[in-house]
Amino acid sequence: MHPSRSFEPKNGFVKWFDQQLPILTVLHGALVAYPTPKNLNYWWSFGSLAGFMLAVQIVTGIILAMHYTPHVDYAFNSVEHIMRNVNYGWLIRYVHQNGASFFFIVVYIHIFRGLYYGSYKAPRELLWMLGLVIYLLMMATAFMGYVLPWGQMSFWAATVITNLFSAVPLVGDAIVTFLWGGFSVDNPTLNRFFSLHYVLPFVIAAVAILHIWALHIPGSNNPLGIEVKGPQDQIDFHPYHTAKDLFMLSVLLIVFMGVVFYAPNYLSHADNYIPADPLVTPAHITPDWYFLPFYAILRAVPDILFIEAKLAGVIAMFAAILLLFALPWLDKSPVRSGTFRPLFKQFYWLLVIDVIVLGFAGARPAEGAWLIAGQVGTVYYFVHFLVILPLLSRIEKTRPLPESISQSVLSKQASA
Amino acid sequence: MSTSESSSEDHGGEVKRRDFLYIAAGGFGALTAGSMVWPLIDNLNPAANVLALASVEVDLSKIEVGQSILAKWRGKPVFIRRRTAEEIEQAQAVPLDDLKDPQTDEERTEEGHEEWLVMVGICTHLGCVPQGTKVGENRGDYGGWFCPCHGSHYDTSGRIRKGPAPRNLEIPAYAFLDDTTIRIG
Ligand code: HEM
Ligand code: FES
Repeated sequence: MHPSRSFEPKNGFVKWFDQQLPILTVLHGALVAYPTPKNLNYWWSFGSLAGFMLAVQIVTGIILAMHYTPHVDYAFNSVEHIMRNVNYGWLIRYVHQNGASFFFIVVYIHIFRGLYYGSYKAPRELLWMLGLVIYLLMMATAFMGYVLPWGQMSFWAATVITNLFSAVPLVGDAIVTFLWGGFSVDNPTLNRFFSLHYVLPFVIAAVAILHIWALHIPGSNNPLGIEVKGPQDQIDFHPYHTAKDLFMLSVLLIVFMGVVFYAPNYLSHADNYIPADPLVTPAHITPDWYFLPFYAILRAVPDILFIEAKLAGVIAMFAAILLLFALPWLDKSPVRSGTFRPLFKQFYWLLVIDVIVLGFAGARPAEGAWLIAGQVGTVYYFVHFLVILPLLSRIEKTRPLPESISQSVLSKQASA
Repeated sequence: MSTSESSSEDHGGEVKRRDFLYIAAGGFGALTAGSMVWPLIDNLNPAANVLALASVEVDLSKIEVGQSILAKWRGKPVFIRRRTAEEIEQAQAVPLDDLKDPQTDEERTEEGHEEWLVMVGICTHLGCVPQGTKVGENRGDYGGWFCPCHGSHYDTSGRIRKGPAPRNLEIPAYAFLDDTTIRIG
């Protein structure tokens, strides 16, 4: 049963409205009649889930901002005020705080889905790059949000991360002073971070719209990575994916709300409940978990030739992210899906393990075995993208691709 | 009008009054836009009140030999240590070849006031406050300061000896107003 492909309203008002501003036609095309490959699995739900998490952060954030005071003397207390006095303030804040973590969990799964099924390859390079832009904006937003409660971790995370820019030759210190609006992280810094933390999520929303627009030109990739041959390979977004995505949403919400209600501080640091003190650094400072692999890369790099360790670490860290923009041209294999690439598949899982190891290394002091693990992990990360993937696309014998999506789906049904 | 305009474009290479007008208008437009962009950027630099708070006076009379205090200048911690004779000797005895950022102890103190070490208490790696000023804090492998963030060790002259920090702890501009008072900044 296909619902009608085109939007044909019966209601007179809706008809009149849509004729003058066809926004409903656009939404119908995107959320109802959007034709998707028949064989999408649950990993394809994480895009919708990411959109949901963005909406959660924006709604809870706007409410928090109604009770929060961006001033060094009041910020910490205003967050405590939200937690203790404001009706349901504790709930809204815990949803926002843990929402950031769950947003990253969802987006990391979404990214690794793309890495496995080759969704970054033509004709979806721009789609992939828009996704990376969203990811960069998310990191900036989450970092600045973390500074707002003005606890010890807030203050020292802000100090260490902004100081990364002092590694830039010649103008480094001027850049840092510019970022701070002073000679240390202080009230001007907190104010501008609040302003940017408020606005960047709306920029993310705008880029997400471009991301979805770019998706709807070629349509979704699929677990087989082969082209859609015709309508027999497709189903409509509604009701099939709306139902599937709602199911995944309930799974996400069970876990997310489980953490919010039963372990709301599990993912954060106790030190952030100590008010910021510019004269005392806590003994261990680590960023939030979603930055740990990059933090490990930052600290893994020693002096390289004439580049001192501090600058080399910063370059490596940014390179690790920017590298992903070149991925469509590093992996030239014409086969998209890892399912048909026996070697790629193994290296893919090695990469997953590598990133997890980097995450653990980033959480530990940079010394001894964990420093070495971080260094090995860093080297493997770059080797994977710069050596292994280009090489594989030349030498790998891929498995034969199925004739079509519907044929593959039907043969699976027959054998089951 | 329209015919003369189109013919002027066909005269390829020849400069016309209209080309001049385009360039002049475009140039002034860019200049105006540029002069508006600068205020939008420069406002993020330190404001006048932040610049005005740029110096403080510190009374040293209550500090015993071997003690340190933490002062605050431009929102940053300043370490002031009244060093013991051994600490000074240790700092002066280090050969310059052993140092990552070579500086003698004499260059880092005021002549006649070698006892006093005055430094910005900010690790030159990524800006944490090293430990070693308060009693009982870890002073690192060289008896000076230790930065817990990524493990930088500083000696009794505040020079970097081990760890990722690239430079010695910074000496701020300061002057002795009399034997027991300094002005920082
Ligand atoms: C991309 C979406 C967003 C992300 C990833 C994000 C992330 C964060 C994080 C990690 C914190 C620190 C939480 C804590 O440790 O307490 C925070 C705090 C905050 N955010 Fe957001 N945020 C987002 C959107 C927004 C929006 C749209 C607003 C609207 C103004 C907002 C307002 C606030 C406020 C007022 C705080 C401080 C109160 C608090 O600490 O709970 N956020 N945000
Ligand atoms: S900030 Fe001191 S060692 Fe990194």
